Amino acid sequence: MVTTVTSFGRSGLYDWLLQRFTAVILLTYTLCVGSFLLSHPHLDFATWSGYMRTTPMKVFSLMALLSMGAHAWIGLWSVSTDYLTVRMIGRKANTIRILFQGAYALVLFAYVVWGVQILWGN
Amino acid sequence: MSMLQVSVYRYNPETDEKPWMQDIAVDTGGKDLMVLDVLELLKAQDPSLTYRRSCREGVCGSDGMNMNGKNGLGCITPLSQTVKKDRLVLRPLPGLPVIRDLVVDMSMFYQQYEKVKPWLINDQPAPAIERLQTPEERAKLDGLYECVLCACCSTACPSFWWNPDRFIGPSGLLQSYRFLADSRDTATAERLADLDDPYSVFRCHGIQNCVQVCPKGLNPTQAIGHIRNMLLERAT
Repeated sequence: MVTTVTSFGRSGLYDWLLQRFTAVILLTYTLCVGSFLLSHPHLDFATWSGYMRTTPMKVFSLMALLSMGAHAWIGLWSVSTDYLTVRMIGRKANTIRILFQGAYALVLFAYVVWGVQILWGN
Repeated sequence: MSMLQVSVYRYNPETDEKPWMQDIAVDTGGKDLMVLDVLELLKAQDPSLTYRRSCREGVCGSDGMNMNGKNGLGCITPLSQTVKKDRLVLRPLPGLPVIRDLVVDMSMFYQQYEKVKPWLINDQPAPAIERLQTPEERAKLDGLYECVLCACCSTACPSFWWNPDRFIGPSGLLQSYRFLADSRDTATAERLADLDDPYSVFRCHGIQNCVQVCPKGLNPTQAIGHIRNMLLERAT
């Protein structure tokens, strides 16, 4: 058992399952929005806004946004713990890795809050 | 004369500042020799060349090495299978520290093997003769017990290169499943609990380098999938 405190759910199985679950949500969302865009070649703001402002789309968009946050954290956490390690880049690795993880946690948090504001704000 | 151009990785930490490649021409006599036979011919020319070998028939797992970019056992790899354009490049198994020439330090590999407790655990009183299995239960161990611990798979795995101290690696996980699948083992819950962290099993991204290089034709990726399913069954 390897202990870690920065992985998303602290459990390998939980992260693995969530990564797959969020991937399916993101794929479905992409297909849904993509097919809407393809079926409206002369899309104007009113149509787009009307489509995105329906409650089902707002719920779906929020779900996709949260999925993106979790999916990105798990993926980039893996990348940072593969490459930003003492074995790979030397003794400064721990500082660099924690700064990197902190920075993208901040970016993800900002994206999620900003997204919520866009979706559910006035 | 059938000359084969061999380029072999050389490194003696007592005399060399850094590793270098030695180019040597070897007369194979037109035969489809095994790579280990070629190494024996090279050693006759230069006795300082160092490599591990023992059984010369793919059972001991000593002579795992990288041949023209692919890991395998030198003793059961014929030249016809690996040589391209009359050139053979021999390197030590990637990702492990080199002790000398083609000999690597396998400590990290063995530490991961040790972690999975590769022995039968059974807390029931021992029977008078032996613990019996049905033929079906025994069949579940086929494709698992044959591993010779040559390390070809784990050293072909990028996840093991990056985290050899945390990711158990394909070989160790194949052995782990060998005991998880054993009907006589009673420590399944403890074994699974030890594996449920983000590194031990879940650093496997299923790229199947291990399957491609295993000289015994085993499938560690499939065994890892079985472990994942057992973890899922236990936790969901």
